Amino acid sequence: MILWLLILIPILAAPLAWMGQQWSRNAPRWIAIGTLSVDCLLTLLLLSQDHSVQTSGHGSWLVESHSSWIPRWGISLHLGLDGLSVILILLTAFIGLIAIVASWTEIQSRVGFFHCNVLLALGGVIGVFLAIDLFLFFFFWELMLVPMYLLIAIWGHAHRRSASFKFFLFTQAGSLLLLVAIIALALLHQHTTGRPSFDYADLMELTVTHGMAWWLMLAFLIGFVVKLGAPPFHSWLPDTYTEAPTGASIILAGILAKTGAYGLLRFTIPLFPGVMSEFAPIVMGFGAVGILYGAVLACCQTDIKRLVAYSSISHMGFFLLGAFAGTELALQGAVMQLVAHGLSIGALFMMAGALQERFQTRDMRQMGGLWGMTPRLATMALFFACASLGLPGLANFIGEFLVLFGSYSAQPVLTILASLGMVMAAIYSLGMMQRTFFGQQREIRIASDLSNAAFGTLLLIAVLQIWLGLYPKTVLITTKPVMNMLVQPVVASPNLTHQPSESVSFSTIFTSQVSAP
Amino acid sequence: MISLLWLIPALPLAGFLVLALFGGRFTRQQVAWVGCGSVGTAAFTTALVGWEFFQGFPDHESYHQTLWNWIDTSGLTVGVSWYLDALSLLMVAVITGIGFLIHLYSAEYMAGDEGYARFFAYMNLFVAAMLTLVLADNLLLLYLGWEGVGLCSYLLIGFWYREPEYGTAAQKAFIVTRIGDTAFAIGLFILFTQLKSLSIQQVQSLATEAWPVGSNLATIVAVLFLIGAVGKSAQLPLQVWLPDAMAGPTPVSALIHAATMVTAGVYLIARMHHLFALAPLVQEVIAVIGLATLLLAATSALVQQDIKRVLAYSTMSQIGYMFLALGVGAWSAALFHFLTHSCFKALLFLAAGSVIKSLHHEQNIFWMGGLRRHLPWTFWTFLIGAAAMSGIPLITSGFYSKDWILWSVWSSPLSHRWIWYGALLGAMLTGLYSFRLIFRVFFGEVRTQPTGEPGLAMRVPLVVLAFLALTVGFLEMPHTLGNVTLFSQYLSHALPTMELLPGMDESSETREQLAVTVSALLGIGLAAILFLPGSNFSRRGADLSTGRPLVTLLQSGWGFDRLYDRACVRPWFLLTRNPGELLDRGYEWLTVGAESCHRWMSHTQTGHVRWYAATVVVGTLVLLGLFAM
Amino acid sequence: MLSTPALVLAMMLFSLGLVGLLSRRNILYMLLSLEIMLNAASLAFIAGGARWGQVDGEIMFLFILTLAAAEVSVALGIVLQLSYRFHTLDVDAFSEMKG
Repeated sequence: MILWLLILIPILAAPLAWMGQQWSRNAPRWIAIGTLSVDCLLTLLLLSQDHSVQTSGHGSWLVESHSSWIPRWGISLHLGLDGLSVILILLTAFIGLIAIVASWTEIQSRVGFFHCNVLLALGGVIGVFLAIDLFLFFFFWELMLVPMYLLIAIWGHAHRRSASFKFFLFTQAGSLLLLVAIIALALLHQHTTGRPSFDYADLMELTVTHGMAWWLMLAFLIGFVVKLGAPPFHSWLPDTYTEAPTGASIILAGILAKTGAYGLLRFTIPLFPGVMSEFAPIVMGFGAVGILYGAVLACCQTDIKRLVAYSSISHMGFFLLGAFAGTELALQGAVMQLVAHGLSIGALFMMAGALQERFQTRDMRQMGGLWGMTPRLATMALFFACASLGLPGLANFIGEFLVLFGSYSAQPVLTILASLGMVMAAIYSLGMMQRTFFGQQREIRIASDLSNAAFGTLLLIAVLQIWLGLYPKTVLITTKPVMNMLVQPVVASPNLTHQPSESVSFSTIFTSQVSAP
Repeated sequence: MISLLWLIPALPLAGFLVLALFGGRFTRQQVAWVGCGSVGTAAFTTALVGWEFFQGFPDHESYHQTLWNWIDTSGLTVGVSWYLDALSLLMVAVITGIGFLIHLYSAEYMAGDEGYARFFAYMNLFVAAMLTLVLADNLLLLYLGWEGVGLCSYLLIGFWYREPEYGTAAQKAFIVTRIGDTAFAIGLFILFTQLKSLSIQQVQSLATEAWPVGSNLATIVAVLFLIGAVGKSAQLPLQVWLPDAMAGPTPVSALIHAATMVTAGVYLIARMHHLFALAPLVQEVIAVIGLATLLLAATSALVQQDIKRVLAYSTMSQIGYMFLALGVGAWSAALFHFLTHSCFKALLFLAAGSVIKSLHHEQNIFWMGGLRRHLPWTFWTFLIGAAAMSGIPLITSGFYSKDWILWSVWSSPLSHRWIWYGALLGAMLTGLYSFRLIFRVFFGEVRTQPTGEPGLAMRVPLVVLAFLALTVGFLEMPHTLGNVTLFSQYLSHALPTMELLPGMDESSETREQLAVTVSALLGIGLAAILFLPGSNFSRRGADLSTGRPLVTLLQSGWGFDRLYDRACVRPWFLLTRNPGELLDRGYEWLTVGAESCHRWMSHTQTGHVRWYAATVVVGTLVLLGLFAM
Repeated sequence: MLSTPALVLAMMLFSLGLVGLLSRRNILYMLLSLEIMLNAASLAFIAGGARWGQVDGEIMFLFILTLAAAEVSVALGIVLQLSYRFHTLDVDAFSEMKG
């Protein structure tokens, strides 16, 4: 029941927020903040429960809710929550709050409808993170898309039309592949057992022929990777992130990209373990290429939001690299990277939005020397630039390094290539700081510093970044059973590369070594 | 008491946090109190911890403290834990002690600056990061400190952010060192993958067991660590950032780019000496890099015109000596030179800062002169520093440390004779460029009128450091002179002592020492002939800094900047010139295709109802025909 | 059997309607032709129902009747609008939906 609450609260509050516009301008904002806070608290409640009950093996969820919907086609209202989803839902609610604070002054027209769309999209995202019936999953997957499209198309910047089209077409094409694959899976289930089923646990036990598995895996892979924005399916991402209003950019980069990542972890990898282990090096290659490609293009940009968008591609490359490395360490790093990237990119977009609001431009060539005028903004920008370049002690570092540590045993060459991304991250992050906040002040344009609310929000994100950077256990311990589960099918499958199993045995040796003295 | 170890890095960190959050509301005096006080109390805590450490020494060679488990997942277990032994205690003492003096000096030096609180916040953060680096028990924590000091170095070089060149210098410093850091990180990946541990002590014992001497893995890891060390310590080929880093305020140059951060590479190699011992080839490379850097930097220092750039090149050169010592296996000698160097080089920078401040931020030595009478305190302390750097025998610390290194190079089984000759030439050049500064700046006629001596807060650190620059050397004196071995005995608990070649006796040591003495004095004498105002050569108005091609080459630091500019920077800018991207073009073709398809198809849509009806009929007939067939 | 002539009649009516639809330019005549075609179809249904002794044919006829009524009301509305706006009933004059 609590799971349905998580989804329904934002969705039901959405029309309320729309109506709230009539009462006062700020009513929709407060309604949205209240809703997301409730979601946040509910998730924290779930998080504080004992996670040790969760054993390995699929279908063992911390909280589960199951009722039938269309039994004839094997469709049910099946929600399940485990360590991975609880972390991501918490992130969603939190990033949602950031997005609303960030658009507090920016959005002045159709305030109610804006927040209605935000809440609907977030409800869809939470549904995606909870649904373990594939039909239901797809329903939520599409549910989050339309409000997102509206957010970009109505409140976006100058080129919003083409950007929103591009976003819609790319993600919709990905969804189509996904839909075909989901239906094919259900039909295959009917073929083998005589009844169709969209249920995760049923499909998990399905054995698919090798050739079929290849095609289905590809569809599942591309469908999710499009959302993640990894090359070569990333073309929509820079345009969309740049043209979307600040709040939508934060949601897109901070949360929507995570739904793709979640899909890969939840469905693509465990559903097709055999084929996946063959294909994993190629995906890792795409990840490594994405890291470098995104970083190089980030260095090219003069538009600050575009720079951040490309840095996001680069960071999501680390996720791909880690998620497909097949070691628990790399997977843990990949999840950490999701959380860390959500926090840092949210803050970066928030500051890019603040800059645009103050100077009516995103072009860094027209900025410069802002440190003296807006010291708060500059300090926070420096902090998050450091987070983005992977400074140790902050959450991004943990994510990136766990990924690199974990994937070195699987793919040394790719890992070394990916490490070069760290140098480039320094180049674009510091370049951004230099061009906006340091140097000569271009023109005297009086601008106010960050408001207390915005500064407080950024400070809160900064504290979270440091907390997760110095005490990543908070996240890692919650996701550990899930990641452990993910590694096992790869180990069990016959056609695996032998490194992962080696690493597992090594880690057991190591733990015994530690406990000895 | 020793359990207070965690306070040593925590105090400057707390100072940073206080200054970063509330610095804007403090008065300057409060800022100075917090800034200096945090480092001062850290130094005091170091004294307490050191006292207790010596009580148990040498029975308890190391002390270990874990604060919390930093990362503990899936086989990677890394704690936020400190490791104190003879080596790290030495480093901590230098960082907090000299750090405190420099903070004290900055309280006056930076007094007029608008970013006073920001400056002290960065400096405190730097001290905290540097202490983390040297106290870290595992390599990941060390890496945290390693990147942390890099960040602070970046922030402090670009401290005066309004100057775009300073920002460029800061970025250059960070990016060049980050190249080294990345290599270091890759080394960590390999180490962890192979040995499943990152604890410094555990890794080294595991490596010694698992890898034979000269094995490929050991060599690769050692090379990667060496690249990291080379980047941080501004050695060839990643040395280009250090001269530009002089853009920062002078106390920064003294603390970060002379006394502490740039010696982090030396510390890393000394800390990982078991690993480097497994790779003799790499050790030889270290020695050669050290020698090459020390000669390159010394020759460049000869012709610089900016007083701080002279000192920057001299720093590179002196760290070259330390690398040389590490390369030949004289670990303790390298650390001894680190100790003396951080005293006399901090002194030189602070004295130079005093000169610069009194000359209204004039840094060109050709606009200086005759300051001996106007700034007596500065003159005498600078003279002591320069004397220590050139290694004037018997009375200066630099002599003892440099002599130890040269004797090690002479007598080590890992060394070659030509390396020794090179190092000897370097000693001569050191005397030459040090005293060129003295003669140019403090002798002759006054070219820029100074404003007068600095105040007490700047004078005290100068005097204390001058005292140290003279006396620290007495901790270790060679057999032939007094035979004091306090320092080597102390460090022998953390670092192995070097074995001597057979046939190295006192007489050969005496001969070697004479050679060192003569070369240093020769350098100073040559400087007097060339640069002392009133000397023959000097009267003809000549200096080495005229526009001859060789001099231009030397002035640019052997043209490395230009080389890198051509080979890396320009291609990079060419690559990143265009913000568009190729892949996007591909998708654009897709839309162009769809559009032309649409244009073609839309011809069928005439808008005439009868046309549509006719097509429906024809279509139906065709379908019926198809079915009929 | 009765159904065969009825089907032939339906076919002839349908063809007449079709030819009228394609050849007439006046939109009202086109609508008339359309009605003829619909009725031809209904006739075919009734014939079919009678032939098989099933009530389905008559039911379909009722459907078509309502459909035709609805269609005519909508179509006449459109015709009215068209004649207001263009002052003509010549269909070839309207090509607003040209692609």
